[in-house]
Amino acid sequence: MSILVNKHSKIVVQGITGRAGLFHTRQCREYGSTIAAGVTPGKGGTRIDGIPVFDTVEEAVQTTGADVSLIFVPSSAAADSILEAAAAGIGLAVCITEGIPVRDMVLVKRCLQGGAMRLIGPNCPGLITPEECKVGIMPGSIHQKGRIGVVSRSGTLTYEAVKQLTDIGLGQTTCVGIGGDSVIGMNFIDVLDLFNQDEETEGVFMIGEIGGGAEEEAALWIKKNMKKPVASFIAGLTAPPGKRMGHAGAIVSGGKGKAEDKISILKESGVSVCRIPTQMGEAMLSALNG
Amino acid sequence: MNIHEYQAKEVLSSFGIPVPRGRVALTADQVERTAREMGGRCVVKAQIYAGGRGKAGGVRLADNPEKALEAGKDLFGRVLITPQTGPEGLVVRRLLVEEAVEIGKEFYLSITLDRNTSRYCIIASAEGGMDIEELAAKSPEKIRMLPIDPFVGLRSYEARKVALGLGLQGRICEDCVRLMLNLYRCCMEKDCSLVEINPLVVTRAGWLLAMDAKINFDDNAIFRHQDYPEMLDYTQMDPLEITASEFDLSYIKLKGNIGCMVNGAGLAMATLDMLKEYGGEPANFLDVGGGASKERVAEAFKIILQDSDVKGVFVNIFGGIMRCDVIAQGIIDAASEVGCTLPIVVRMDGTLVEEGRRLLLESGLDVQYTDYLGDGVEKIVKMLQES
Repeated sequence: MSILVNKHSKIVVQGITGRAGLFHTRQCREYGSTIAAGVTPGKGGTRIDGIPVFDTVEEAVQTTGADVSLIFVPSSAAADSILEAAAAGIGLAVCITEGIPVRDMVLVKRCLQGGAMRLIGPNCPGLITPEECKVGIMPGSIHQKGRIGVVSRSGTLTYEAVKQLTDIGLGQTTCVGIGGDSVIGMNFIDVLDLFNQDEETEGVFMIGEIGGGAEEEAALWIKKNMKKPVASFIAGLTAPPGKRMGHAGAIVSGGKGKAEDKISILKESGVSVCRIPTQMGEAMLSALNG
Repeated sequence: MNIHEYQAKEVLSSFGIPVPRGRVALTADQVERTAREMGGRCVVKAQIYAGGRGKAGGVRLADNPEKALEAGKDLFGRVLITPQTGPEGLVVRRLLVEEAVEIGKEFYLSITLDRNTSRYCIIASAEGGMDIEELAAKSPEKIRMLPIDPFVGLRSYEARKVALGLGLQGRICEDCVRLMLNLYRCCMEKDCSLVEINPLVVTRAGWLLAMDAKINFDDNAIFRHQDYPEMLDYTQMDPLEITASEFDLSYIKLKGNIGCMVNGAGLAMATLDMLKEYGGEPANFLDVGGGASKERVAEAFKIILQDSDVKGVFVNIFGGIMRCDVIAQGIIDAASEVGCTLPIVVRMDGTLVEEGRRLLLESGLDVQYTDYLGDGVEKIVKMLQES
């Protein structure tokens, strides 16, 4: 088992003919993912690498039965693409695009409320179920099938964590990058909940960072609901307040969103937290061993 | 993106929000002339990209144009250090000269994103002029928050509840309702990540007025607003941060001596944490980004080296989209171009790492290479401690 995607997932890539879109489409396909269709308005009816391209997501879904969308559309049009995926009956949209205006995402989030589509991202590396399906931009080779769920607000730091897990012999069920923006689709709790229900997942590694209160909320949820061991790393212990550390959401402002506070509440909730990023694999191992 | 108070007031005014009569001055003479136009008595306010100006001596009340001139002469070129500027402070190059207003009562009013609800939110308090974050920590019950449904926008009845909650009544309450609706319209149309009026005052004469104002624009939405880049005041920004932003690099100057180049914001933060844990002091945060070319990597490296505090460089790359050979070539190009003699430690992993390692080792540069993050951090910290 795994969460969200598996070997049966059929992917439609929105923005497939762009530079990043095409590059990563090829990478995902090489990894073994099924790329059923691409969408680029104005290029419907053509093919790229043998993949049929449509003008709309609706046509792509109707013709190919695609159920997962991977979005590489530029930031000015990405909100529209997410809504288009939802309207076409896509079950899971993964938006890699960074730099979407907050006002657009506030509206998107409101539109998706109560709907059937799940959104991952934006500004995220996507997700991967090792040896089955990669829907994102992460290097596939560091992953290994196994029993650990990974959920993260970061990109490359997740790769670092996954590599450590794999090196120490802990494979993964699914790794989900939820994104570094201040308005995102699925949050820590949504993903933790799925891992909690997934029979194969035996433990979860959670990577957080400064800014907002998502880690704090996740900690409270874990304390109340989580049946499996959780280990964590929080980036930004030494970040100066008031400075946005790259991600739109990563900022300590007015004493809120500090790494120290996140770490202490996670620890209180029974999460095993490591303080330096070279100990992520070991932290997971020790959490599993109890 | 930050703008000055006087610019924020121009924006608010264009949405029908009342602000004090005033004008920006670039010379002391202009301060005097404007003071005369205001009728003599006026307030002279330093325009810097930071709050806390009052306590730092950046806001002066002048009884007459001569005193205003004096204040102008004293303030221009002065470096203001406030809790928000950092120890270097910010230099005053523009002054806002405004009519002096008799204040009756002060309030706090702002609109910003509430991350918990993913909605914009009105924040209001009858404790005006206070630092809202301090107030939130000390007495949260004095703050009213109202998340706004983006489908219907802010409605009058909602704004009225907030205004009544502030203790406003009758005509002033209705004025405040209109002001809040305009503030929301401003926040949406201008893509603000923050619009803040602190204090919002009721004057002795019984009118609402935005005495101080702050606006931050959403960096991601600048493409929709051609005029925003012109509003930037580069004298208020770190020169290296300006150069970095021109190359789409996320760079923040810090206090230490180890220059850092990392791909990915999370990994960059984690790398700084790691350096500190091992007794090192990072000189900067730098996320070189996902699909950078070797030219951009070279620019990033040069920006790091331009900081004279930097005594050594640590590069930490986990190649995904980013290829290690591109990073290596960028470093080699930049280091040979500027003739870098500082110790450099490079840790790489991921996509095309063997090729990257080979390029670095064959380049003739004095580079310490490692496959391990912990090892790399130990190396650079030790090298700087020894030198």
